[in-house]
Amino acid sequence: MDIFDTFLNAEVMRRTFPMLMQGLWITLQLGAASIVAGLALGLALAMARLYGPGPLRVLTRFYIDIFRSIPLLVLLIIVYYALPFVGLRLSPFVSAMSALTLVSGAYTAEIFRAGIEAIPKGQFEASAALGLSGRQTMADVILPQAVRIVIPPLTNNSINVVKDTALASVVAMPDLLKQATQAQALAANPTPLIVAAMIYIAFLWPLVALVSRMERRFAARRR
Amino acid sequence: MTGFVSIRNLRKSYGSFEALKGIDLDVAKGEVVCIIGPSGSGKSTLIRCINRLEAFSEGSEIRVDGIPVTSGRALAKVRAEVGMVFQSFNLFPHLTVRQNVMLAPRRVRGTTRAEASAQADRLLDRVGIGNQADKYPEHLSGGQQQRVAIARALAMEPQVMLFDEPTSSLDPEMVGEVLDVMRDLARTGVTMIVVTHEMGFASQVADRVIFMDAGQIVEEGPPAQVLSHPREPRTRDFLGAVLNH
Repeated sequence: MDIFDTFLNAEVMRRTFPMLMQGLWITLQLGAASIVAGLALGLALAMARLYGPGPLRVLTRFYIDIFRSIPLLVLLIIVYYALPFVGLRLSPFVSAMSALTLVSGAYTAEIFRAGIEAIPKGQFEASAALGLSGRQTMADVILPQAVRIVIPPLTNNSINVVKDTALASVVAMPDLLKQATQAQALAANPTPLIVAAMIYIAFLWPLVALVSRMERRFAARRR
Repeated sequence: MTGFVSIRNLRKSYGSFEALKGIDLDVAKGEVVCIIGPSGSGKSTLIRCINRLEAFSEGSEIRVDGIPVTSGRALAKVRAEVGMVFQSFNLFPHLTVRQNVMLAPRRVRGTTRAEASAQADRLLDRVGIGNQADKYPEHLSGGQQQRVAIARALAMEPQVMLFDEPTSSLDPEMVGEVLDVMRDLARTGVTMIVVTHEMGFASQVADRVIFMDAGQIVEEGPPAQVLSHPREPRTRDFLGAVLNH
């Protein structure tokens, strides 16, 4: 039997393509929602970690360390299978989004913190001397500069979030991977899995290349 | 008598190191005071306390126009009245020159965009860089950047201007243009407190020169006296070292 008939069967591809597209749409929705929510959570955590009152700072640090330590798959299974025991029953989408956001927020917080700490002290002092409030200093002076610095690591983190959406298939979420495994079972042929893999790569490769380019440009500028 | 800026028993320590050992100083409205002294003498720390970029010890007191420099709401009021120019300019690199000047009036005073923009252009003309308003700071020379920084501070229409070694990080050929702007400013009646190593500027422009060493005011008086006929041996040593090199 021809290797193309097994792994890249045109007939199977044609039949299962709509299923894969449905899965892709859900993967993209889940990825985008988790990235945006993770950015918001990360920024809030970074502010609390840097400028919050003492106890909040300790708590934030604890949160960040815990959620960077727990395997995402474990967290996802806890959210989906364990929380119902205390009466909290979340849909697959909300479970997956919560788990992705909680973890992405922890990483994003550290990225924002590094970006803010990279801004020279003189920028804070000039802002204070002009009479800007802490909030104005952040919004008008520090964050616009910090965000530029952290765009490469933030993009990297976003790539990871999109990749990790595939874990949602274990909680019966009809994402790209889940649709592909079902299509494979239906067609008794692994072609849908190969196609799904190619779709992931097609979406993420350009981003990976973009990050590499940004990092090279940054390194060149710093010299 | 108490001055427009009044400093009483100002103390500041970094751990066990006492940077300021009880400074008393009054600066009258419109007065130009130059502070000189060796590095590490506490002169920068002193003026950074005036707008509380440095916190100072309890028992110390600083008032600007009668308002105590503490934390909280009163501090914002003081900072709006006190402009500061730094050794390293500290312009906002992500904003154009005009936006640098406009930011504080817009945010702190609530000035309209049109008004702030017109004011920025006036101030930039005054410091001689009206034609660079749309550039970003990185495309300006050090002297130009420092003049933008002066315009940015002036945009808040401060009663007092603090200068923390404003020409120390400039190439020699750019020192003059910044000092010229400061000289013009002194004539307008703004109260100025200037930490500097420019003895020429101090002798021509200052109403009073203060010599600091080891966290204390060693000697003060009119420039002709402190710079030409210092009484204290420490002042003499310092001036000898600065002028003879």
